Amino acid sequence: MDQFLSNIGLLFEFPIVNLKIIIDGLMIGALFALAAYGLALVWGVMNVKNLAQGDFVIAGGYVAWYLSRHGMPPLLGVPVAFVVMWGVGWVVYRLVISRVIERDLFTSLLATFGLAIIMAQMLNLLFGSDTQSIQLDYDTLYFFDFIDIPIAKLLGVLMATALAVAVVLFMKKSRMGQAIRATSQDARAARVLGIDTEKVYSFTFSLNSAICGAAGAIIVMVWVIQPFYGITYSIRSFVIVTAAGLGNLPGVIAAGLGIGVAEQYGAHIFGIGYQQAIAVLLLLLVLVYRLVQQRRVRQSLK
Amino acid sequence: MRAYPRCAEESGFVSHHQYLEEYNPMKKSLSLLGCALGASLLFSHTAAAQDCETITLGSAISLTGKYATNGIHAKNGYEFAIQKIKDAGGVQFGDKCYNFNVIYYDDESKGDRGATLAERLINQDKVQYMLGPYSSGLTKAIAPVTEKYQIPMVEAEGASRSLFNQGYKYLFAVLSTSEQYLASAVTLAAEKADDPSKVKVAVAVENDPFSLDIRAGVLEDAAKFDMQVVIDEQLPRDLSDMSAILTKVKLLKPDLLIVSGHSKGAATAVRQIGEQKIDSPMVAITHCEAADVVGNFGAAANDILCSTQWAETLTYEDPLFGSAANYEKEFKEAFPEYKDKSVPYQVAQASAAVYVFKDAFERAASLDKEAVRDAIAATDMMTFYGGIKFSEFGNNIAKPMVLRQIQDGEYNVVAPSEFASHPLNWPRTPQ
Repeated sequence: MDQFLSNIGLLFEFPIVNLKIIIDGLMIGALFALAAYGLALVWGVMNVKNLAQGDFVIAGGYVAWYLSRHGMPPLLGVPVAFVVMWGVGWVVYRLVISRVIERDLFTSLLATFGLAIIMAQMLNLLFGSDTQSIQLDYDTLYFFDFIDIPIAKLLGVLMATALAVAVVLFMKKSRMGQAIRATSQDARAARVLGIDTEKVYSFTFSLNSAICGAAGAIIVMVWVIQPFYGITYSIRSFVIVTAAGLGNLPGVIAAGLGIGVAEQYGAHIFGIGYQQAIAVLLLLLVLVYRLVQQRRVRQSLK
Repeated sequence: MRAYPRCAEESGFVSHHQYLEEYNPMKKSLSLLGCALGASLLFSHTAAAQDCETITLGSAISLTGKYATNGIHAKNGYEFAIQKIKDAGGVQFGDKCYNFNVIYYDDESKGDRGATLAERLINQDKVQYMLGPYSSGLTKAIAPVTEKYQIPMVEAEGASRSLFNQGYKYLFAVLSTSEQYLASAVTLAAEKADDPSKVKVAVAVENDPFSLDIRAGVLEDAAKFDMQVVIDEQLPRDLSDMSAILTKVKLLKPDLLIVSGHSKGAATAVRQIGEQKIDSPMVAITHCEAADVVGNFGAAANDILCSTQWAETLTYEDPLFGSAANYEKEFKEAFPEYKDKSVPYQVAQASAAVYVFKDAFERAASLDKEAVRDAIAATDMMTFYGGIKFSEFGNNIAKPMVLRQIQDGEYNVVAPSEFASHPLNWPRTPQ
């Protein structure tokens, strides 16, 4: 208890710490948001809850890591991982996902859970179980002698932002984007109106996989990856999408950033070991809040 | 000749996992072909070695899963020692000679799987002697099984002290227990301070039995010097970010920062200590070599203290392997995949475990497992890996932990002082 209080005391004693925590949180949140964003797409459009989400992230990280070890400039890893993981996503869609879309919730959960195990083990067999990362030779910016922003991290966040903006624009403006949105609203009606929903599905899943891949390529530059770390990103993606609600893409980004900041505050006050617990606790609070809200709506309907 | 141990592995069914991991199938079939040729040549030369009988050991070890890298290090260490013993005429007692053969199963880095496989080794394969798995967790899972069937197990990769307070009679460990890993850093910090009770310590460890032991050891020693523990936190198992802790380090300015969280913890700590310009005068971590912090992070790793069970620069030696440096050299010849890195201590201690078995069999002069168990318990020998003498609880009390400091990209031994090859850089200069 004393420790909690003294940790809270530090926040007031050194107000600059708050700024640092918020900046750290936003930078972390941006990457979570990216992975969650893909999940929201797949969940919203195809009603598939992809438990392998985090493993796509890690796979993208390994693509970038592997190529940079073989002489590719590390920053190129992000677009390359996007493209490679697009292909992987397409194959996975053909092999697995296309067979479970029409089935019930349980089948798709089971299938993607199996997929997660297979992907993690394949990465392990291909690249070994060591933790890996790419170290970029960029400086770190310092402000007020206390806040540090590694340029590598900053670049990562900028790339994440650019990607998110590009996807939002794509969904709004392009024909394919419109078709995806139409399919997510009512797949049967979309089919009646001549939209090839099969194509939309495979496109959506590949896009999700590609976004994850790009996120992973950024993560390998700012943190470390290991074949079995996918679950971290899966859990956070689920928390973020559930909290934000489906079909609410700006909400997903806001929730991602919010969770990033909340986790950092929680880590500061309760200790870093509780970081993930805080994410899950937040999910619980949101769910309870939603439930209460809905009950109120239902009562007013009565 | 040196290629032989790896060929022997390839004929074993379990090692497929390992080879899938390291080589593509094409390469594998080529190397199998090479082995077949090599082996046929070899057998024509070593007819004498064939006269030896075989002692079968069993080991469930992580060839896949999260401990695979270190599991394979351990297996290579076992295999290297077995080949060395064979080359030196085998295990000799009575008027016979014996060679070791190990049945390996892949425990997939999972405790329940490890325990099942230990049962299988003992009940189906009728193994009478066991070599340990990798990690404290797996050893903890297997030890109750070997204990139940009264099978002596010499293990080299489980350091948690919780293994040695259960009253196990058949478990022996050649390595130093985990609470000793970073405790010497506390002593070192006390030596450097004018008043040890003014020293502020920050501890960040992962939440697993091994790292918590390290924490316990550090806190115990810090209490001895009446030091002040200003940060005491646990790292999350999965997320590779510790900026929240390092922010506090910046505010509270501890004199000694301790981090332990396997290779992920080491990589994260070194990277973020560099990024956040942490200027604590002393930083001590574990698993530097496994995370290759020098190769990955270069200057950011400078002056960081790393604990190790063994280093090739130590002056230990024995008649079988020669000096520690000689062990390193010969091991690299036998396993060329280690050519460009230093041999991890996980390999060396695995070899030492096999050596303990050889020594015990020769002293027991019997294949009876009880006699062998008693002989192991009475072990008191010097090896290239350090002294080995077991306490009544089965842990090795003859070998100290070593602290090395990363000085300009080199790992130099700085503590304990009787083995130190270089003076300590203190306070460390942040890059």
